[in-house]
Amino acid sequence: MPDLISSIVDYYNYLIYITLMMIGLYAMIAKKNLVKKIVGMNIFQTAIILFYVSIGAKKGATIPIIQHGHGEGADEITSSVIKAAEYINPLPHVLMLTAIVVAVATLGVALALAIKVYNRYETLEEDEILAQIREK
Amino acid sequence: MRIFGIIVVILTGALLIYAMGDFPSWADPASPAHNHVSPRYIEKSLEQTSVPNLVTAVLADYRGYDTMFETAVIFAAGVVCFFLLRIPRKDEPTVRRYRHTLTGITISVKETREIPPVLEEFERIDTLWTPPDLIIKTCCRILVPFLQLFGLYVIAHGHHSPGGGFQGGVILGASMILLAISHDLRTAIGRMSERVHAILCSVGVFIFAGTGALCLVLGLNFLDYGALARILHVDPVTARSHGILIVEIGVGLAVMTAMIWIYNNISSKGKYDEGL
Repeated sequence: MPDLISSIVDYYNYLIYITLMMIGLYAMIAKKNLVKKIVGMNIFQTAIILFYVSIGAKKGATIPIIQHGHGEGADEITSSVIKAAEYINPLPHVLMLTAIVVAVATLGVALALAIKVYNRYETLEEDEILAQIREK
Repeated sequence: MRIFGIIVVILTGALLIYAMGDFPSWADPASPAHNHVSPRYIEKSLEQTSVPNLVTAVLADYRGYDTMFETAVIFAAGVVCFFLLRIPRKDEPTVRRYRHTLTGITISVKETREIPPVLEEFERIDTLWTPPDLIIKTCCRILVPFLQLFGLYVIAHGHHSPGGGFQGGVILGASMILLAISHDLRTAIGRMSERVHAILCSVGVFIFAGTGALCLVLGLNFLDYGALARILHVDPVTARSHGILIVEIGVGLAVMTAMIWIYNNISSKGKYDEGL
């Protein structure tokens, strides 16, 4: 039992991201409404963002901004003074920073497509749209 | 379909949880992600770019290609929303309604080929017009300039504090979207027209790619801002810092206008009427 608890504590970020990702995947597969599918896609993207950002965490480290790195005395700070163990990994933050904005942009495109589908078929339910396509 | 979805989700989740044991535990300093390229970024970037905020340095300099194409993706998303939804002006209804703001009387103008002159005390409305809320309008009108100032600060101070082009651009875009929500879409478009969105969005991407091409012309690699030292008359390290700022301004412009553009097209279904 202590074994299980310690493994949950060690890996809880993965458990949360897997849960969120599966909620999003289920919404994308099983929901019939197109807007609900788009919401599922966004939850999926959020799970990926959480996964990456949690990978960037490092015990005993601070945010990736060099302390006293500007203004007076900045010239004295060289690569020998900066310890990599003191700052968390900036790379996942960079990747997710752009991914968040791109997620908003893809959400916009998906909603625009949903509006076009609604204009054409007067509904956003997938089965009703398929029935209308089969009638023709 | 629901049962199929549950089965797929449970199987995938079980597979991921099974594979979880091979991952490093949370915040483990010895995990592989922290031991290859990341220490080099942390130790060298202040020396090479003189930017204390490592995220900004990696975003705009080391991974400049990635960021440039992300900006291009956002521009493409704005253009796609425009082409999918925008309806040309000839489809506009022939009856235009104007409301006299002082007395609340609505007049309709029928079948005019020429648009009547815009008078100060008349505002154009649609059939779905609802009375605006004075408290919301006033609060948002006071809030918008401060939001925009904060957005400019976030872009300009991205070297030293959390911030940069993407975040500042989104804040600037949100300020214009707030104006469109609290008043109506016509007010927001009156401040910043559709043509301005299209031009600024492409100018933002152009600033980014143009800075890269300028470095190429000056004799170094694409997006190697050290080449700008010859134009700016500073040492190459400071030139990288300035190059990052120029690029962030381009990103900010592109993101801001793309957000407003997407919102305008979606909220009014491309008709550019009152919106939500």
